[in-house]
Amino acid sequence: MHERADVVVIGAGPAGIATACTAASARRVVLLDSAAGAGGQIWRHRTRATLSRTARRWLSRLDGSGAEFRGGVSVTAVGRGMVAWTARGRHGVISAETIVLATGARERYLPYPGWTLPGVMGVGGLQACLKHGMSVRGLRIVLAGSGPLLLPVAASCAEAGAEVVCIVEQATVSQLVRFGAGLWRHPGKLMDAVQYRLQAFTAAFHAGSWVQRVTASPAGLVVDRAAHGDVERIRCDLLATGFGLVPNTELAQLAGCAVEQGRIRVNERQETSVAGILAAGETTGIAGADAAIIEGQIAGGMAVGRAAAHDLPLARRASQLRFAAALQRDFALRPEVLALATDDTVICRCEDVRRSAFGATWDARHAKLMTRAGMGPCQGRVCGPAMEALFGWESAIARPPAFPASVAALCDHCATISQLEA
Amino acid sequence: MDDAIMISINGEQCAVEAGQTVAAVLLSRRQWRFGSSPAGRPRGPLCGMGICFECVVSVDGVADVRACLETVQQGMQVRTDA
Amino acid sequence: MTRAPDLIIVGAGVVGAACAMYAAEAGLDVLVLERALPAGGVTAAGMGHIVAMDDSPAQLALTAFSRSLLANLATELPPAVEYERCGTIWVAAAAGELDAARAKCELYHGHGLHAELLDTRSLASAEPHLRPGLAGGVLVPDDGVLYQPVFTRWLLDRARQAGAVVRSGVAVHSLSRHGVLSSTGPMAGGATLVAAGTDTSELLPVLPIIPRKGHLAVTSRVPGIVRHQLVELGYLRSAHAMTRSSVAFNVQPRHTGQLLIGSSRELAGPDRSVNHEVLGQMLARAVSFMPVMANIEVLRVWTGMRPATADGLPFIGRAPDRDGVWVASGHEGLGITTALGTGAMIAALLTGAEPPIDAVPFSPDRIAEPAEASHG
Repeated sequence: MHERADVVVIGAGPAGIATACTAASARRVVLLDSAAGAGGQIWRHRTRATLSRTARRWLSRLDGSGAEFRGGVSVTAVGRGMVAWTARGRHGVISAETIVLATGARERYLPYPGWTLPGVMGVGGLQACLKHGMSVRGLRIVLAGSGPLLLPVAASCAEAGAEVVCIVEQATVSQLVRFGAGLWRHPGKLMDAVQYRLQAFTAAFHAGSWVQRVTASPAGLVVDRAAHGDVERIRCDLLATGFGLVPNTELAQLAGCAVEQGRIRVNERQETSVAGILAAGETTGIAGADAAIIEGQIAGGMAVGRAAAHDLPLARRASQLRFAAALQRDFALRPEVLALATDDTVICRCEDVRRSAFGATWDARHAKLMTRAGMGPCQGRVCGPAMEALFGWESAIARPPAFPASVAALCDHCATISQLEA
Repeated sequence: MDDAIMISINGEQCAVEAGQTVAAVLLSRRQWRFGSSPAGRPRGPLCGMGICFECVVSVDGVADVRACLETVQQGMQVRTDA
Repeated sequence: MTRAPDLIIVGAGVVGAACAMYAAEAGLDVLVLERALPAGGVTAAGMGHIVAMDDSPAQLALTAFSRSLLANLATELPPAVEYERCGTIWVAAAAGELDAARAKCELYHGHGLHAELLDTRSLASAEPHLRPGLAGGVLVPDDGVLYQPVFTRWLLDRARQAGAVVRSGVAVHSLSRHGVLSSTGPMAGGATLVAAGTDTSELLPVLPIIPRKGHLAVTSRVPGIVRHQLVELGYLRSAHAMTRSSVAFNVQPRHTGQLLIGSSRELAGPDRSVNHEVLGQMLARAVSFMPVMANIEVLRVWTGMRPATADGLPFIGRAPDRDGVWVASGHEGLGITTALGTGAMIAALLTGAEPPIDAVPFSPDRIAEPAEASHG
């Protein structure tokens, strides 16, 4: 199926929604997301009543914007003026003047013994499942890793009736204090932080600590928590770990957009290095929802030919980027958490590749070639950032399709694209 | 929620809520294992956002459906033992 | 290695690696220089099909000999090489192709190679997911598949055990009379063997190697759907076509349960990007032979460059008009199959031994000869 639009926005989080709302004033906009509903990771919801005022306002703006939202859609490739997509049982190509990549970020996972066990999830993964109606009532949950996501997810779990056994943050108290002090410069984020504290759940918070290993027992998971040379054994039903966020740049790479330091390179007008392709939000650098909205508004303005830089809130954007830098500094990964994987630990989950399979002098491509690490269905989205963190191996180049697509879908995509190219 | 939906999980009828994802339903039932790795080791959801493919299940006979992206529908047939 | 090696091999693809193994095992002091990553160039992009191919008598001799060398090594290969003697079925789509199938069978038998003529029924029972009503085919049971990056690594390990030294990240910029000029400076060697795939012509402009682009797609794990490597009998027609592009049905069952879907041939210059028109035709052809393929998921698509020669045979032997320079390159799509035979031949030529098969058809000197040297 081939259709035309003026603007295709990929990703319906804050950046994509803001882009779509802004561009839809004058253009035919299609907004795509892999989830069923709009909102992205941060505004994911079943009912809007659970969302912040800002989120509700943007979602209702989207409703009235004239932009067409389509959920359950995986974008498999982006080229000049073309977006190829698949959904369950359907597929097609949309051609458009402007394509906006608002593909957001995913969580970074660091391998440690036991991290592949069922019942061990990502922190963001647990949050997403909670928002989609997972019941955690009565579950004993440990949250571990690093970053500002741990506290709000712990709070949500507690609110939903879980017993949050403890929160384990690898950053030290002094790093956290520095980060907390910096929040004064970001009033919106500070309010969030205060609210999490006010919920006053009783969980222990361990800074400068990390989960060393987890094993399965008939009575649930057994977690070894390390700190200051000691190991504490904790029992729980569910362990969630995550170590910050990684921008999703695969589509940008496939489209030939320059990607630097793991994020899409954009100028102050959100233009990538490829004409007709813009990018906005976390995919251009982790800076939070507020920055994403601003970038989306800029991108949406560009899509309707409004490029006037002076009425764009560049100063606020700069402040958000300072926040991003603080995140990187204050939640920097300590060497101990990068050394948890043993020879026996699986690094590439899709292909079951253990650490012992890798040579010391390899790089990501070498590992891919010799062990198939990164060649499974996730295309290295999980093990790539892990190998980069653990071994310093820059991720191997992305290959099409960005998400698995049936042979029939690819056939159709190719036929449509080659007709359009001709 | 009052809008109960019936789906079948490995042949067993279950009442679920509208708007739940298949992953949320299975996890609510304390089913942590969704499938197996190539080497046959048990695996369950990791990312919850459609990128890790660890939560794939069979839905209405279609294999490798990401349970975290799939919203329950009346009469849906989910299998984690396919 | 303090003194100059007897042999410097430029390129650690599967061909360079096999040459290193045989040369080192023949007693030569071998240094292998690899610009980037062993098996990371032409080799990585290939299919890993081990196939006796009868495009010309010389090609059949080299592929069959190489295949027999691999069979002799089979028990020594580690499991990670994933060598499986799954056989090839050359699929005859229409009844009109059965004559060609019969002729192929007889040709193989004439060379003492196993081959079995399949009719409609026996084809369907060998590969139940092929579309019904195909005329038949030829089963070549001794063909197989392997995972060529790990195979290459194993060859290099064997070469090292015989004393060879392998250095990655060293590019060779030019050949000198007594060695090479590399990115780390001049290196002296008794002889130099260029096994640099599509880069060979940069070092030896007299030997034209034509990059022939191919596309491959790998699917999710669907074990049991395909049992043999399946290639349409019309494949050689596609391989011959010097038109801009051609596609053929060519599907391989991997050890992992995944399928590799090929194949395409294009004269596209150095452009490595996916050609949607060609990829679409290639996938559509796979679906037309095997309708179940339509719903199987593709995980990844990539392209590779086959190092082709004008007459379809590799250059194996002494480089024309260059003292001390040898070449093993231009294997087009058969490098994985013919690496071992090439290595054995090169080692024999270098040490003055009798080549295991007739080396004359592969001699690079043929480029100076009139056009009738090309295959029939």
